[in-house]
Amino acid sequence: MAQFRALPCGDQAISFEFADRIDAGVNRRVIALARALKDADLPGVTDCVPTYRALLVRYDPLILRGADLERRVEGLATALPEDSAPGRIWNVPVHYGGEAGMDLHDLAAEKGLTVPELIALHGSVAFRVFMIGFAPGFAYLGGLPDILHTPRLKVPRQRIPAGAVGIGGQQASISSVAGPSGWRFLGATPVRLFDPGQDPAILIAAGDTVRFHAIDADTFAAMAARAAAGDPLLAAEGAA
Amino acid sequence: MIEVVTPGPMLTVQDAGRFGLRHAGISSAGPMDRPAHALANVLVGNAPTAAALEFAGFGGTFRAHVACRIAVGGTVPLRIDGADMDPARAHRLEAGSTLTLGPMPDAVWGYLAVSGGIDVPPVLGSRSTHLRTGVGGGTLRAGQHLPLGPFDPRAPCLAPFRPLPDRAGRVIRAVPGPQSDLFAPDVVARFFAQTFTVAPARDRMAMTLAGDPLPARHGHDIVSDGTVAGSVQIPGSGQPLVLMAESQTTGGYPKMATVIGADLPRLAQLPTGATFRFAPVTRDAAEDIWAAHCRALARTLHPLRVCIARRRPVSANVQGSP
Repeated sequence: MAQFRALPCGDQAISFEFADRIDAGVNRRVIALARALKDADLPGVTDCVPTYRALLVRYDPLILRGADLERRVEGLATALPEDSAPGRIWNVPVHYGGEAGMDLHDLAAEKGLTVPELIALHGSVAFRVFMIGFAPGFAYLGGLPDILHTPRLKVPRQRIPAGAVGIGGQQASISSVAGPSGWRFLGATPVRLFDPGQDPAILIAAGDTVRFHAIDADTFAAMAARAAAGDPLLAAEGAA
Repeated sequence: MIEVVTPGPMLTVQDAGRFGLRHAGISSAGPMDRPAHALANVLVGNAPTAAALEFAGFGGTFRAHVACRIAVGGTVPLRIDGADMDPARAHRLEAGSTLTLGPMPDAVWGYLAVSGGIDVPPVLGSRSTHLRTGVGGGTLRAGQHLPLGPFDPRAPCLAPFRPLPDRAGRVIRAVPGPQSDLFAPDVVARFFAQTFTVAPARDRMAMTLAGDPLPARHGHDIVSDGTVAGSVQIPGSGQPLVLMAESQTTGGYPKMATVIGADLPRLAQLPTGATFRFAPVTRDAAEDIWAAHCRALARTLHPLRVCIARRRPVSANVQGSP
């Protein structure tokens, strides 16, 4: 079946576009194709970036022409497994509220929830990691309960710390590096999603699953100290 | 070791870049003008991918703490101990000498390569600075001492036989898409017909262009997908944003076109206020242009001429001790 359109992005990249919507099934096919392409180890392929609904492949046209890459990818796509390999599962500790969780109380009030109800709701979901992008290790999480869907701020805040756990539109997130953001924030995790000094530098990958659980301020402080000393804090569960 | 005495704007360490990590949200960084960066390096005997310094407009002042060779990329005015020097070749810098770079009258991004390369520790396989995330350090400050890698102090100063390729012209070629179909055909035609002006809002992440607004048919939000250096995004303002070396890896604005690899350095070097237009090319043609560009660059970088140092025709440093 024709699953995607091959859209040239200049002379060194092609976007294989499966759909134009956020959909777990579409995203599973994108990630399955990324895995298949990685396993095929084609000479000339330099980067393979799965996103919500398209796979961006960078290539070196001195080694592999775009037209040939399209043919190879079409070949791989015809043999994709229906169910892609399951991702890993990450149980991420969150200290709700506090300095990074500046929107927790206002959001609960807006939604007609108590703070514990909101925390329980946020912790009840298995979020799908649709993609890693924008910034190093930044995880876009799908599966946010409808009641928590919240528009972005009109004026972004200038500095949100790394580890902040937030909500933007229909998505959830974990900030990987400090920076400006228009998302709303519930708390912070001591886990570092991006640490250039660690191997791997990026903890979570597209296709993984994230669940959140609450920790108190003292546990957060103790774990943050361990993270600062280089402890990754988390091990994944489930198949790679 | 070389010391930053007075840093120019956006002074950073850049090697060829950080590759294969876009799936992790990490874009390549690396030089805005890769050919100019490579040329500066080979003039001092480095690999073209070695770490050198990049700056915007004015490089600043530097002091050598060891005898070394230096070269600039492109047409950067340079002075050594107050004397104007030829920017088209490498020069010997004695320990204690002061080097001043810029201002550049007709380019934006300048390079200083030093023999041995700037030997800061690699992060994720590269010495390039990614300013926005702080990966690989930040902008350089006055008083910083930059270590140099090993080099042969007796090696000659070099000059190129040929200029850098693809430096002339006010047309920037681009492959239409990946989202040009989200614009009405007359808007796509206008994108390739109108004259754009390089706007002041520009950095290593993106350049903004001013021109007649380019509205998308159904708004300017798409489900985020992958981006590359050269992606021409059209945000709600209708004014194009061209992503550059330090681009984000994914984005949610529709992309009208992608600037071809051979022309991206020339776009980066257009001064603010300069005007140009885009010309459409097919992907196949762009790949051929890229191959020709790489061959021409290789011809510039490989057969280098040994300069006879006129100031010091017989020097123990140059000739070796008896």
